[in-house]
Amino acid sequence: MKGNFIDNLPKIYGIYTGGFVGFIIIMAIAEQMGMTAKTIGIAFVAFTVFIYALIGYLSRTAQADAYYVAGRQVPTVFNGMATAADWMSGASFVAMAGGIYFKGYGYMALLVGWTGGYVLVASLLAPYLRKFGCYTVPDFIGTRYGGNLARFSAVVVLTVASFTYVTAQINATGTIASVALDIPFQYAVYVGLISILLCSMLGGMRGVTWTQVAQYIVLIIAYLLPVFWISNKMGAGFFPHFMLADEVARIGELEQQFGFVKNAAADLKTVPKGLAGITKAHSAVNATPWAFISLALAMMMGTASLPHVMMRYFTTPSVKAARKSVGWSLFFIFLLYSSAPMLATLSKLSLIDPNLPTGIIGKTFAEVEAIDWYQNWNQANLMFISDFNGNGTLELNEFFMGGKAVVLATPEIAGLPYVISGLVAAGGMAAAMSTADGLILAIANAISHDVYYKIIDPKAETAKRLLVARVLLVIIGFAGATIAAMEIQGILGSVIWAFDFAMSGLFFPLVLGVWWKRANRQGAIAGMLGGLIAGAWYLVWVRTGGSGFLGITQLTFGIFGSAVSLVLMVVVSLMTAEPDKATQKMVDDVRVPSGKSILGKSH
Amino acid sequence: MSNQQKHWEKTRGLLFITLAIWFVFSIGIFLFGAEMNEVTGPFGYPWTYWFTCQGSLGAFVILIFWFANRQEKIDEEFGFSEREDE
Repeated sequence: MKGNFIDNLPKIYGIYTGGFVGFIIIMAIAEQMGMTAKTIGIAFVAFTVFIYALIGYLSRTAQADAYYVAGRQVPTVFNGMATAADWMSGASFVAMAGGIYFKGYGYMALLVGWTGGYVLVASLLAPYLRKFGCYTVPDFIGTRYGGNLARFSAVVVLTVASFTYVTAQINATGTIASVALDIPFQYAVYVGLISILLCSMLGGMRGVTWTQVAQYIVLIIAYLLPVFWISNKMGAGFFPHFMLADEVARIGELEQQFGFVKNAAADLKTVPKGLAGITKAHSAVNATPWAFISLALAMMMGTASLPHVMMRYFTTPSVKAARKSVGWSLFFIFLLYSSAPMLATLSKLSLIDPNLPTGIIGKTFAEVEAIDWYQNWNQANLMFISDFNGNGTLELNEFFMGGKAVVLATPEIAGLPYVISGLVAAGGMAAAMSTADGLILAIANAISHDVYYKIIDPKAETAKRLLVARVLLVIIGFAGATIAAMEIQGILGSVIWAFDFAMSGLFFPLVLGVWWKRANRQGAIAGMLGGLIAGAWYLVWVRTGGSGFLGITQLTFGIFGSAVSLVLMVVVSLMTAEPDKATQKMVDDVRVPSGKSILGKSH
Repeated sequence: MSNQQKHWEKTRGLLFITLAIWFVFSIGIFLFGAEMNEVTGPFGYPWTYWFTCQGSLGAFVILIFWFANRQEKIDEEFGFSEREDE
């Protein structure tokens, strides 16, 4: 069945997609026949999670090769889809359009940064790490530089970055599960966690790969369908991406007409936490070049250092396939990212244009408070209005909304049937679950393979290694969920920090490992630990009132961390002896696609 | 110079070209974001706005596929491409 399965992939996922579309249609009919919104929400989340769990179960394995790298037989395009799901997290799905809605141009640096990084992945790293034949990212560091300390330092950086990221994802699954299933957040977090573990526990990377492909299909349908539907319903254009210029211009006009009135601090205190008003222009350039570029740069270098993305390219059949696969990944990501600004535009215009039936700016407070969807989302703590100037009419500066509402509430505002809102919930769940799976697996694999097998017990048998890997998976998952339940940092903030941590410690040790033969163990260790410590120090310094320098903020501290990492790595490498002949030969071998991989097939 | 050195030299050359194009679309054009946004670009969007939501993103996708094809050609030229059974 195994070879058969790979050959039949297009057919299998074709049937799956057809089945999912059929499910949406059945739900739509059920809605017409009087099924309640709540039942539809539960049905969507429960049905999709059940399918993922089923795939996870069918992918169970007892082989190290399948558990760690899905047997290295994932075809290019499917690996692209899996990477896209791995990559696009709850932040991309739920928070990104909202960020663009509120912050405009300054925020769109994230769109550029989270896509441009893939050019670095394709050209600097992925094909070479695939040739290397490693199971994990620290596996590369440990073999290229040699020694347990180098390996362990890489595990430390990986764990810090990925763990920061994963708490945000478990938080997002919890948020969606608590809304869709109508249970308290503290419990919903664990419901989310169990769903996540169902996908990865039995099959490791193999299970995660095939569930991620399934999750990508759900999340992309859930994102694109509402965007196209709303655009057509508003009469904004049949293909929104090419046809919203008038709408963007119209928002600019309205902004001029309303003006951005600054609210008094006392008034703002009455607004519930987490909600914001529109204070920045939609399409005008409202950030300094450096603020934009530094954020984009940090995200790009972070992309190329995040282990859960890199390890997806270990699963392709060849070096050539790894390169192409990066292109497909970015293509699938592009489909969603290029739609997020369109959704933000449609959402904003439908709310603020007084000429549209859905527009609320300029209406009286009594009118707005009588609208169904306003009541719903006000209750969910995602919308708020307050008559600051006491004139009885809603002004632009008197309307507040949560960032998540742009994705979650826009279908309802535009008058789409509830089945779409259920679909969006399933999509958000898929996005957050797939990323959480990739991250938890990255951490558990690094600790089980690099710390347990390579450092503590190199003679361990496969069965024992995989048992350790699975136990770690559960422990890390629960640790993540426990921290997520405390709700320390918002989803988006912790995601950006994860990128900064990863680039501080791993970017230069990885890149120079391939591109600079002279880089040696001492330099790499100094670069990893020095970079991570410098980055963390800068973050703490800025958070505790430090002024920072060169315009580097708490969102871009990785620029400082990675600069320190680069300097340390080069200086220390040059001050110590050059790597031995065997290591230099290894680097030469990594640089050509042909020939055996550096590490054996099963190591 | 050995075959392998020549291969690496060409690979490095391709890397620099790729990174130069990457630099233009990710950093270079945004140095002039304010000026560029005054001009109407593709599909009627302001240029900078269009680049941030479609242009640069699309350019990266095309760039990666272009890079992958070029690198394959280089590997073939020096006889370093993989055999199918490897």
